Amino acid sequence: MFAYLVKRVFQAIAVMFVISLIAFAIQGNLGDPLRELVGQSVSEEVRQQLRDDLGLNDSFITQYLRFAGNALQGDLGTSYFFKEPALDVIMKKLPATLELVLGATVIIIGLSIPLGVYTAIKPDAIVSRIIMGISIVGISIPVFLTAILMIFVFSVEYGWFPSFGRGDVVHVWGYWETNFATADGWMHIILPSIALASIMLPLFVRLIRAEMMEVLQSEYVKYAVAKGIKPWRIYFVHALKNTLLPVITVGGVQIGTMVAYTILTETVFQWPGMGFMFLEAVNRVDTPLIVAYLIVVGFIFVVTNTIVDLIYGLVNPTVNLARMGA
Amino acid sequence: MSLLSVRDLTVKFAMRDETVTALNGISFDLAKGERLGIVGESGAGKSITGFALMNLISRPGFVDRGEILFHDEDVVKMSDARLRELRGDKMAMIFQDPMVTLNPVLTIGQQMLETLMAHRKLSREEARQIAIVKLREVYIPSPEERLNQYPHELSGGMRQRIIIAIALLLDPELIIADEPTTALDVTIQADIMELLLELCQSNKVGLILITHDLGVVSQMTERTLVMYAGRIIEAGRTREIINDPQHPYTQGLINALPQQTLPGQKLRQIPGNMPSLTNIPPGCPFNPRCEYATDLCRTTLPEIIQYGEVRVACHEVERLHAEGARQEQDA
Repeated sequence: MFAYLVKRVFQAIAVMFVISLIAFAIQGNLGDPLRELVGQSVSEEVRQQLRDDLGLNDSFITQYLRFAGNALQGDLGTSYFFKEPALDVIMKKLPATLELVLGATVIIIGLSIPLGVYTAIKPDAIVSRIIMGISIVGISIPVFLTAILMIFVFSVEYGWFPSFGRGDVVHVWGYWETNFATADGWMHIILPSIALASIMLPLFVRLIRAEMMEVLQSEYVKYAVAKGIKPWRIYFVHALKNTLLPVITVGGVQIGTMVAYTILTETVFQWPGMGFMFLEAVNRVDTPLIVAYLIVVGFIFVVTNTIVDLIYGLVNPTVNLARMGA
Repeated sequence: MSLLSVRDLTVKFAMRDETVTALNGISFDLAKGERLGIVGESGAGKSITGFALMNLISRPGFVDRGEILFHDEDVVKMSDARLRELRGDKMAMIFQDPMVTLNPVLTIGQQMLETLMAHRKLSREEARQIAIVKLREVYIPSPEERLNQYPHELSGGMRQRIIIAIALLLDPELIIADEPTTALDVTIQADIMELLLELCQSNKVGLILITHDLGVVSQMTERTLVMYAGRIIEAGRTREIINDPQHPYTQGLINALPQQTLPGQKLRQIPGNMPSLTNIPPGCPFNPRCEYATDLCRTTLPEIIQYGEVRVACHEVERLHAEGARQEQDA
């Protein structure tokens, strides 16, 4: 177990190194930082002097090493716009995004398993055909369109849900403010969560259905029937556990991808998370913030995948974590 | 009184543009504690017969007609709830490949206990004790530890022993074993068969052994059915069928056994292949491969008739018998 963990941590470090390299390479190509820092009236000599002071004339490798050294100490540069450390800016926005992803994940897990299992058990039922039809539509419609449609129907036409912002949030700890403590907070997070879930949910329903149908054809399921086991136990104990093994692996990657989709959802709903912030940073050519965002998202990706792999090892008895990596 | 009585069992498969008959008018009886072998090449319908007996044929297959009377109750017409009571309790099945039969994510204990608790009102501890006793009966060392292990931690032979133990858990009256040793090492095959025979005899359990191995059938069973292209073509006491086969196909099977050939001699085989179910020739289904086939064989399906000690479906059985007797006299 320990050897496996060490191995995974080394892999994670390697991935983070590549991500930081890419993020840093982008930084050098996103316009002239001087233009953002100083006004029109500054003379060319002063600009040169500033470039030297900021180290912008050093070689790529020197600049990268300086950047990586600072990054390791938690310094990802200072946002041009906010005049604050970029990491602090992101950390303030992170809880809003994570709560949105959490809301969407709960919807996805809560609905995809029963819907996937049902459509696999009764593939010819009318309800199953309707679910499968809707899932195709869900996959095909882009997130921002779903979001706009939902605002139009549920906020503008019916006025059931608020159309933007986080509403009443309650401070929990550090930068963390939560939506889940007040009724108003709940009302605000429902539409964005559904919009964010709208792409992944159909994907998971179809994935679980396909895996489940395959498992239901297996010898061990036939054998369980031949032993006189009740159907619910065959479906939810014998088949579901085997179905979820491959789903867990895909799911880990998809949770990471969902963080990226928050850019669209947050923009449409004016959700004050880091996706919305990222889009604003791009508009303002706030390079340090863009780079910091890429690195933080990369980090979230690496961490979720590592955790998912560990969970997979714990759920699947044929994977022996203690012996892996040895 | 017979334990099991199968009459005119016909199983069909609904394919995309036609319906294929996989079993055609199968009839046989099994007495309490009797051991019956079903032999034939792959695709003859042996396994389908086994699955049909427990009403385990799933779509696109279905029982078209016929009845399967188990204690005078028709398995074909049983409700799902009644079938569940029967399966695993009075009638147990041993599948072909122990590597894929047990659920990989459940422990041996879970898979044994669920079977017991599905049929009897038992506490977990009582069920555990029964499971341990049954594991001892199939010579599993340290059964308490095995209960906490997953299938992948055990060898194929060990897994098949456990599957036999699961079959015996509820003291069934009939065990259907579908090629129980095909997937195992040759060295283990004999052990498993011996164990199965010993347990069936000592517990007076009826056995239907599905196999392509006539050697195994002769050691294990009292009566034999020979199947070809979804039909029974010869049936009778195992001894008669092995020593004096009447149907040319059965004769071919026996002559093809390596024991029937001298070392260095070429192995004898039946020419050709079993027809696919979508393309069964008219008349006797065996006629294209049969050296005795006549015009009658090519046009008319032979009925299964009593001939001496056995039942056989062959037009030319009298002639064959006469020729056989003449050859023996010559020799």
